[in-house]
Amino acid sequence: MKKRKIKQSRRKFFAKTITAAAGAIGGIGLTAHSCKSKSEEHEKVTLLSQDGKLVQVDKAAITPASPAEARKGIPGKHFVMVVDLSRCRNARKCIKACDHHHQLTPDRPYIKVLRMQDNPASSPYWMPKKCFHCDNPPCVKVCPVGATFKRTDGLVLIDNHRCIGCRFCMAACPYSARVFNWGKPKPQKTNHPYSPETSIPSQIGTVEKCDFCPDMLRQNKVPHCISACPNGALYFGDQNSDSVTNGSETVRLSTLLRDKAGYRYLEELGTQPNVYYLPPANRLFPFKDAPEGQSS
Amino acid sequence: MMKNEHTLADPFNEKVEKDLLAHLTSNRRKGRIFVFVLIAIILVGLFAYYRQLRYGLIVTAMRDYTSWGVYIANFVFLVAISLVGSLFSSILKLSKATWSTPLTRISEIIAIAAIMCASIIIIVDMGRPDRFFNVLIHGRIQSPIIWDVIIITTYLTISLLLLYISLIPDLAICRDKVKNVAKWKRWVYKVFSINWHGTPEQYKILHKISFTLSVMVIPVAFAIHTVTSWLFSTTWRPGWDSTNLGPYFVSGALMAGAAVIIVAMYFIRIALNLKEYLNDKLFDHMGKLLVMLSLVYLYFNINEYLGPAFKMVGVEGEHIIELFFGKYAGMYWMVQIFGLILPIVVMIFKWGRRPLPMLVLSFMILLGAWFKRFLIVIPSLQHPYLPIQDVDESYRHYIPTWEEWAITCASFAAVLLIITFLIRLFPVIPIWELKEEKESNSKPNQK
Repeated sequence: MKKRKIKQSRRKFFAKTITAAAGAIGGIGLTAHSCKSKSEEHEKVTLLSQDGKLVQVDKAAITPASPAEARKGIPGKHFVMVVDLSRCRNARKCIKACDHHHQLTPDRPYIKVLRMQDNPASSPYWMPKKCFHCDNPPCVKVCPVGATFKRTDGLVLIDNHRCIGCRFCMAACPYSARVFNWGKPKPQKTNHPYSPETSIPSQIGTVEKCDFCPDMLRQNKVPHCISACPNGALYFGDQNSDSVTNGSETVRLSTLLRDKAGYRYLEELGTQPNVYYLPPANRLFPFKDAPEGQSS
Repeated sequence: MMKNEHTLADPFNEKVEKDLLAHLTSNRRKGRIFVFVLIAIILVGLFAYYRQLRYGLIVTAMRDYTSWGVYIANFVFLVAISLVGSLFSSILKLSKATWSTPLTRISEIIAIAAIMCASIIIIVDMGRPDRFFNVLIHGRIQSPIIWDVIIITTYLTISLLLLYISLIPDLAICRDKVKNVAKWKRWVYKVFSINWHGTPEQYKILHKISFTLSVMVIPVAFAIHTVTSWLFSTTWRPGWDSTNLGPYFVSGALMAGAAVIIVAMYFIRIALNLKEYLNDKLFDHMGKLLVMLSLVYLYFNINEYLGPAFKMVGVEGEHIIELFFGKYAGMYWMVQIFGLILPIVVMIFKWGRRPLPMLVLSFMILLGAWFKRFLIVIPSLQHPYLPIQDVDESYRHYIPTWEEWAITCASFAAVLLIITFLIRLFPVIPIWELKEEKESNSKPNQK
């Protein structure tokens, strides 16, 4: 009874913020570029506008959302990820795609595929782990300057122009999802100014993590790790429309979680993650340990 | 203008003034060498910090799992030390423990020096010190870091006021009696004694203010270390996720603070030739106080580890095994035995409360206190819920680099330098309070 009330009020809150956000800013991150390169002039991309319609825009006209714009979520959405542990065989394509897209060096990836074993009697399994984009995020709670923030669409992002590098969020995150730029980051190629939605370019002395690729979400596409997985282990979608996709099949989120006994890692901490796991039962692949040196 | 009763020629008063003002005019070679060494250590630390600013925190041994290191441990240690100011100028004063009067100013000076360096060290730990002002511009009151910033500034302000208010009558004495010093010092004495003439009204105001401040400082002092403990206990890390952490930190801080006072007493009484004032009896008192504070800390220590060690739940259990039998076991047991149990046992006996044994034991307690903070901060971070895999070998260990040690040593040198500077500038034992005490003791009708 009480729970339902809270949920309703949250929904109302989201609805209110969304209308306010849509009213306040015109572009929601799609600001027009005045100078267009000739080659890109006629290339069109499909984008989700603020009123939820798909529109065709010149590719060159898109710049990623500014730090201020990136604080507002994509209206009407609440993004979730589902990881089917029975399908992961540690192919590590998600890590590669993520590293490539975010221009990360292999020593500090956003995604980790961990070798897990719940108890000595059960078989080990591989657990792909990104940021859980918690609905009650410990990192956001402790940040002294609001450099890491929670959006209406469920995403937890970082503004590395505001981060002071205190690393309290790293201490607070129970999932070790965050990485820090201890030294000068490797130079990254980009034509666009920094945006918390692309996390590029990285900055020395600031914290970073998996961002669920909001620049892809703006284009109504799934994050890079999802499409990179060769086994369809990763699903992504919108909780509000109750559908998730792994690139080849689109399923109902509620059915998937119900039928396959979906759970969230360390539910008892009350962080309310937006990443669900499906237990490693009826596996697609037998467990094989990683070759030497790949994971220790 | 009313005649000042305190300046009446009195053999006791004259002697006190002569003894306690003597060091303000002397300029000994040993002292100069000491200052030179301190400055050299600070310069090495500054060079290390320059390297850190240039290359980033990569020059430290901190990495993604051990994301806090000796800087934070040292910060907690310095905050702990600073608590001593409130112990002497407030708790002991309000409980009318008159034996502690000669130590009030030393304790205030140490408190101010420690808290200043604690705030510097926390800036050193920041990845982006250039964005320090974001804390003011974008500060979120919900974050425990902001609570810490607020409480540290409050405590520093009250401590400075406490030091200054109780200095005013002595500054007036310096203004009147100390002539053979640099011009700027005479200027300081003149300006900062704000026209003090020791009239009864002035004393009445002084007592009122210092009483108010000493009451005010107690909750702030408890808060400063409790809030610092909340930086840890508001997270889920093993060893931090504990409701015991606040009183555990406060009790440990009071113990370390008393030990610092003993070390300071020992060296000040030699350097400034004040054996008569910082006498063996005072060491005996301090020893008893230290035993009591250590026992309280021992209690919270047992309380902190017994529960988790009995239950051995998940990562909390791993953390306990690491401390009791693992790679930190050596440090852990050294700290517990030599930094806590042995000093308690020795100082229970009267022969253990003589100056030299007390100095050695206090050093052990301080060393233990520093490494205890290391043990609180670092091993906890190395036991996250999810296993540490797929990382460079350097991410699994934490052995501080020379830059970190140099900066840590520089922070100690800076504490000592501030203390030395203030001791050279002001009478280290409150002259007027000694006089007042003598007077109230000599009046038979008092009490």
